[in-house]
This record gives sequence, C-alpha cells and structure tokens, in this order.
Amino acid sequence: MEILEYPFDGCRIIAKKRQIKKELMNCDVNWLKKRIAILGGSTTDDVKQILELFLLDNGIMPEFYESEYNQYYEEAMFPNDELKKFAPDIIYLHTTHKNISVFPALTDSAEKIENMLGEEEAKFTAMWDHLAEEYKCPVIQNNFDYPSYRILGNMEAYDVHGKINYINRLNSFFGKYAAGHDNFYIQDIQYLQSECGMDIWYDPAEWYLYKYAVSLRAIPVLAYDLANIVKAVYGKNKKALVLDLDNTLWGGIVGDDGAENLEMGPESAAGEAFGAFQNYLKELKGTGIILNVDSKNEEENALAGLKHRDCVLSPDDFISIKANWEPKSKNFIDIANELNIMPDSMVFVDDNPAEREIVKRQIAGVRAPDMLCPEKYIEMIDRGGFFEVTSLSEDDMHRNEMYKANARREKIKASFENYDDYLRSLDMTAVIDHFEPVYFQRIAQLTNKSNQFNLTTKRYSSADIEKITDSHDYITMYGKLQDKFGDNGVVSLVVGKRENDTLHIILWLMSCRVLKRKMEFAMMDSLVKKARAAGVRKIVGYYLPTAKNKMVREFYRQQGFSMESCDDTGKSVWSCRLDGQYRAKNDVINVKEAI
Amino acid sequence: MTRKELFEKLNAVFRDVFDDEEITVNEETTSKDIDGWDSLEHINLIMAIEDEFGISFNIGEVTTMKNVGAMADKILDKIK
Repeated sequence: MEILEYPFDGCRIIAKKRQIKKELMNCDVNWLKKRIAILGGSTTDDVKQILELFLLDNGIMPEFYESEYNQYYEEAMFPNDELKKFAPDIIYLHTTHKNISVFPALTDSAEKIENMLGEEEAKFTAMWDHLAEEYKCPVIQNNFDYPSYRILGNMEAYDVHGKINYINRLNSFFGKYAAGHDNFYIQDIQYLQSECGMDIWYDPAEWYLYKYAVSLRAIPVLAYDLANIVKAVYGKNKKALVLDLDNTLWGGIVGDDGAENLEMGPESAAGEAFGAFQNYLKELKGTGIILNVDSKNEEENALAGLKHRDCVLSPDDFISIKANWEPKSKNFIDIANELNIMPDSMVFVDDNPAEREIVKRQIAGVRAPDMLCPEKYIEMIDRGGFFEVTSLSEDDMHRNEMYKANARREKIKASFENYDDYLRSLDMTAVIDHFEPVYFQRIAQLTNKSNQFNLTTKRYSSADIEKITDSHDYITMYGKLQDKFGDNGVVSLVVGKRENDTLHIILWLMSCRVLKRKMEFAMMDSLVKKARAAGVRKIVGYYLPTAKNKMVREFYRQQGFSMESCDDTGKSVWSCRLDGQYRAKNDVINVKEAI
Repeated sequence: MTRKELFEKLNAVFRDVFDDEEITVNEETTSKDIDGWDSLEHINLIMAIEDEFGISFNIGEVTTMKNVGAMADKILDKIK
C-alpha cells in the first residue's frame, strides 16, 4: 500500500491507522499468520498497532501478546502461563536507555563501572538465554538509543562516566551476543535515532504523559524497520533488482550521446552520484542480490555503456541483460522466468515514472520505488526495506555465481538433441542425507522461501527443524546437488511422518534453481530406499494448492503414485505401495547417500 | 481561520483517527461521547491535531483541555 511505502509520512499513518488496517484486512491474500510477543520497557500500544500495518502490507497477519507496562523482564524471566499458552513465533524485546538499571555516577571508580556493566550484561544475557530455552523462537532485541542530554558534553563519548560511553559499551556487548547466537537479532535503534534525529526520536512530553520512550512520530520508523526484520526472518525478502540503464545507472542516453559521453565516474558531480549508486549495487550483489538489466536500447549500445572505463558494474555483474525494444514489463517477466523466481520477488529500478507505472500495473506485487534524483537513488533502494539481511550464509554470498553457472548450463543445453544426454553431460552428483545441524538454518530458510516447487508449503523455524530431526516419528532428508559448473548447495527437502507402516510426506520442496534436473526423482528413490529399510509399506503424498505452486500439481503422478482423492479446493492425496509399485527413476545423477 | 472552519478541520481529524464518518464534534464534545477515545488513543488524536495545524501542545495544555471547545480555544490561540 502506497501510504506505507518509503518515504512514508508517519503522522498520516498514525492518524489513519484504523482505515489502513481495514483496507489491508480486506485484501485477498494468503496470509502468513504469526504470533508476536512484544515485551516492553515502556508503552508499546502504538508500536504494536503500527507494526501490524507494515506486516499486513507484507502478507503477514500478526496476532499479538503485549506485556504489562514495563514488565518485560519479569514476564520474560518468570513462569508465564499466558505467554507459554500464546506460544510466540517471535519475541520482540523493546527496551530503551530508560530501562538501563543504573548509570555510572561521576564519583564511581572505573572498576565499579566495570562491575555495573557486567551486571547489566548478565541481566540481559540471562533473559535472552531463558527465552531461547523456554520458547524456542526467534528473539528480536533492540539495542539502546542515546539520552537527549549530555552532562559531560562531548566527553560523554570517551569518559567511562559518560552515559554515551556506557551505552556504546552495552550496545557493543549486545552485538557480540547476537553474533554468537542463531535466532537472535538486534534491531539497531541507535541507527534509527540518528535517522530520525534526536529531537524527533524522543518527545519528553510523550514520555511524561504516556510513557512512550520513542515518540509517536518516530514509532512508524521503528515499526517499519522491525517489520523488515520479521519479513526477512520469514523469507519475504526480495531477491533481485531489475535495472534500467539510461539515467538510472549513468547520466545520458547511450544510444544518442554515445558511450564515451555518458556521465558516470569522477568527472562531474552527477557522474559521481551515478558512480556511487553503481558501487552500492555492487555491494548489494555481494550479499546475494541478483542484478539484471531491462533497458530500451540496442544491446550493442547497452554493452558499450557497461564497458565504459568508469562503469563500476560490468556486463559480468548481471545475470540477465535485456536490452531491446520490447515493453519493459515483458522483459521483466522473461527475466523472472529465466531465473526461475517469482516476478514479485524482483524490484524494478527505473528513473522514468511512466515505465515504473506500467510495470507495477502489469505485474502484481512488483515494487518500483520512486527514484527522485540520482543523489537519492541509494536512499530509495536502501530504505525500501527490500533486502534486510538477517543472516549471511555462504549460499547468499555465492548466489550470483550459481545463477551464472545456470546461464552456462543453458548455453550448452542447446548443443544436445537429447535432454538426458545433456543432463548426463553435467556430471551431477547429489548428496542425500537426513537433516544435520550444520544445515538447520539453511533448511529453515528454504521452507520459508520456497513457494513454487513446494507440495504443502509448510513453514518451519530452525527450532522446529531441530525438533523433528531429533524425533523418531519422522524421516527427514536434504539433498545437495553439484555438477561440473558448480555447487548448488542444499536444494531439496523432504519430511515424512511415520504412522505404523505408512509414511505421510508432510513436506516436499525443491529450489527452483535446480528445476528439470531430475533431482526430485533422485530424492524419491532415496526416500523409498530409506522408507523400505524402516519397514514402511506405503507412502502417502499430499498436494495443497496455493497461488504459487501449480507447477507441482501433477508431481505425485509423475512419481508413479496413484491419486486417492481430490477435493473442490484442488487438494489431492496420492499413494504408492512399496511392494512392487515403485520403480526407481533417476538415471542421470550420481547419488552419494549417507543414509 | 474562523471557529467554524476550525471545527470543520477538527471534525475531519476526528473522523480519520476514530475511523468513523458519523462523528460530528461540537464545543461540548468530550472523550465520553466518542467510541474508542481512551487515554491511548488520546495521544494519537493530539498528534494528528498537532500535525494538521502545525502546532504543538505542552503537557499542561494536554492535561487541562476538558472538551473539544477548550481544544479549539488553544488551537486558535496558537495559529493566530
């Protein structure tokens, strides 16, 4: 919803929050329902209400638990039946500098201050450890903002007695804890306070009147930022950028002005702004965001621009380059198809409002930020909340290489007449094994991100994954696939639940990055082998239709299962007896089974 | 701005904040007359009014305005 997109007017959002909520709730969305507990050290009512709007806007329907005023610590630490019953999917700890137990006095010795700090750290650590143990769900803790006055002036920053110094040390400790713990995230409100400006961030009247530690005007900023973390935890980040060239990556029109006359690089102020934006994009690419080009240009001219000596990005930095005279919306869809990702997981970046409007109108769910002017480009993408990073896996950092490898595979595919010959030429090797702790995070990430090749679209947190892995009632399997062009990492997951001699497949998914590689057959062969060894005589599979998983409607038929039932909603149940009916199908992938 | 114009603007703010197109406030309206006007919503209302008129109330003012009429007096005072 436009009113909730950056740059938003926080006051308007608060004034119209009821109406906005009503409109959002009326949207026809396949809601992802999540229970969020807010444990606060100040009033959190509006934090909750505004957070709800930003989450609804992203397809997440929250249900809330709110601690009593300033009871975050007690409610977190002591037996809490109500919270236990609520069974939170996420816990948000909203504390601010108002909640720091004690600050150094000017007369305190350095040693005393050290102890003070240790005690505060111990209090929070105990709380975080306890929450992780008791509720086994992600915890988001915001760090501390600064107070609005400085007794010691600038010396506050470096003298041990300074509150600023003390807060910096605490925040640094918070960061260290987060770096060492999965499922624990810091929301950096120190940054948000800078973003808002101190006098907007905190309003003394609102503190004395209502005990709002963050001013009402700043709450939308806080809630928006928090929603970005929640979105990221549940795999709702965008994956790719689709970029225009002329006046987006450089100043000028390459077809008219010629590559040598484009504005980019240090020769002019505007050129520097474009250069900085390109640098920013290159950094984003490093986090696993896929870059693509969608430009109305002759391809030759587009490439000439990208090969300009001051062009930070080179043709090699992009996975798909569409420079032609087709409508941009068509190119956009083609790029999504090439990458095998949903069009709405790509952000469209174009300086031309008319092009943005067309793409947004033609393709549902696509975001295309208002780019304003070159010096604001970075801000418009960075604050857009598209790519919040909550973990940085090897996989993320190598994603571009994987897509590059895919492009190379496509190239050689054309040289084979027989598809199986092509698959064999890839020298594919799969590792198929039961879930292992090193992959828990990646496994949870996959269950939350995969929409298309996903039979039941069941979502798991890393804690859930740990639970089913340890249980004897389940058979779990992950599959990794590599070939001569590269390693795709963990790409497929299966979870089966045992009931006597029947195995119910409650999760079956595969990353679209390995579509049409027969990996699903290798997985089924392994599952059958494992199931037989465990005394299973019958496997039952389920297809639960969503807006996005039509591609696997016939999955079980292709696997040789028989349909048992199919209802009006399209939900179907399939089965396969293991005494004879099942025939192994993989003959192209070399499988290393540890099972 | 006349008092009448002020009340029209105030009315629009009230309708937004309480999401109720039926609301018509007058000099005597108090929190008892409007569904959902509790202490937590009061702060939202105050902020929306401050934003609408480009003014700000101090603590003393917020705690002493006893009805919408008193609110209007304060606003007219500030935008003079």
